[in-house]
Amino acid sequence: MLEFLAMGGYAAYVWTAFGLTFAVLWLNWWSGRRRHLRVKARLASQGREDTMHRGATIKEVNA
Amino acid sequence: MMSDKPVADTIELRPFATFRAMLWRELKLAFRRPSDLINPLFFFAIVVTLFPVAVSPLPDVLKVLGPGVVWVAVLLAALLPLNGLFGQDHEDGTLEHYVLSGQSLVAMCFAKIVALWLVSVLPLVIVSAVVAQSYLLPSSVVPILVTSLSLGGYSLCALGAVAAGLTVGVQRASALIALLVLPLMIPVIIFGARAVSLAAVEASLSGALDMLLAIAILTSLFAPIATAAAVRISLE
Amino acid sequence: MWKFFHQLASPPHFYRLAGLFAPWLLGLSLVGIVIGLYGGLVLAPADYQQGDAFRIIYVHVPSAYLSLMAYTMMAVASVIGLVWRMKLAHAVAAAAAPIGASFTFLALATGSIWGRPMWGTWWEWGDPRMMTELILLFLYLGYMALRSAIEDRNKADRASAVLAIVGVVNVVLVHYSVEWWSSLHQGQTIMNEDARMPTSMLAPLLIMIFAFTLFFGAALLQRLRAEVLEREHSARWVGRMLAEEQPNA
Repeated sequence: MLEFLAMGGYAAYVWTAFGLTFAVLWLNWWSGRRRHLRVKARLASQGREDTMHRGATIKEVNA
Repeated sequence: MMSDKPVADTIELRPFATFRAMLWRELKLAFRRPSDLINPLFFFAIVVTLFPVAVSPLPDVLKVLGPGVVWVAVLLAALLPLNGLFGQDHEDGTLEHYVLSGQSLVAMCFAKIVALWLVSVLPLVIVSAVVAQSYLLPSSVVPILVTSLSLGGYSLCALGAVAAGLTVGVQRASALIALLVLPLMIPVIIFGARAVSLAAVEASLSGALDMLLAIAILTSLFAPIATAAAVRISLE
Repeated sequence: MWKFFHQLASPPHFYRLAGLFAPWLLGLSLVGIVIGLYGGLVLAPADYQQGDAFRIIYVHVPSAYLSLMAYTMMAVASVIGLVWRMKLAHAVAAAAAPIGASFTFLALATGSIWGRPMWGTWWEWGDPRMMTELILLFLYLGYMALRSAIEDRNKADRASAVLAIVGVVNVVLVHYSVEWWSSLHQGQTIMNEDARMPTSMLAPLLIMIFAFTLFFGAALLQRLRAEVLEREHSARWVGRMLAEEQPNA
């Protein structure tokens, strides 16, 4: 096992490269997902505001 | 030669007539503002001066640096007028007029490219022939320098026009234009500067000039079309 | 079958399908990566010349391959968007760019890390493949810079589409020109280790490339969902979908 981790003396290089890779992969997935959720939340709250405004106008008209 | 059907306001010109008219206009405008012609030359002169100062004035170093420095300096100097290629016309509404005129926008863009080449690249090429002496470039190599710069400079004008067309209306687009154009110029720089370096050590050019010519022809074919498309997109 | 593609182009359907497929693609890609890494790190023997350092190839080559594939996809999507005026195509190009750029960065970084113990420098200006990757990175950055500089989304879509198409030719040209240049110097090309690889080394590499491709698909679909939502924000189906998910409006 230790031999595996040592990677023939190149451990620092090999594991840095792999670590960087996983970081980039994860970032790609996570940033896409976060953006999706953010946009959804923003649109949802805007939608609610619009509905509220529309509702208020109708009330005013009927009053 | 205009078509012989004068219909009220619109006269349909053949593309070549459009090209010629626009070319003439661009050249006239350029000469009305001499500072636009001179500034790139000054810039070139300054850049070319910086390198021996910053690196080393030793003959051996200069001989190695020469072709590359001259090449890069010409390219950077030729980038300067790009932002204004469509900028001036856009500001006073002329550009929109051109797009709506029904005349060949492709021919107009081609004319702008050629005019730019005549007005900013050729003077730079002439000055570089002189400057090359200071970098100890053998005089037998100067024709290669002039040829490669003329061809490469033309490709720069063509690609630069596309970038300028894409950024019409964008604020402070100069840096963006440079960022877009320079990566596209890498092959040209490699073939061009290397051709001169190879000639300086009397090695075979290995078809470098042919590649430059091929690229220049290729850009001639598609750049006017791409530029016209870009301008239309930017002006919608 | 045709109906499937037709449906695919319609934003609400695409949004839904993307949401279904993305997690599966992600899962499959992770499985592929585990298998590929096991094959590459554990099963494959150490290289005769490079020892265990060659194993970086298992992330370097897939990254480089994906960086090129993503750019090609961007260019194709750009053509489709311009010619057929499909807004979804423009969305694909927009979403693919940052992912492709990150893979390009990864290819450069892993290549640099690999290069350091192999030929002593962090960077080799004369290496054709690294130079091509570097220019590719600049192309991606230029594309994203142009997109963000233009405010109108429609204009930005179409302008960056033109740029992507212009750039595609350049990638080929850059690679060819740097190769020409380095062939003059003899012996600057280093990364040709994959010339004749034994199956035990090659198979995991192919698996990794495939797994990375699946991952790219997953990340792309994920990003596309956000893109589609933003672009369609005023459409009825969006309002309805959001209302369904939050019935306490």
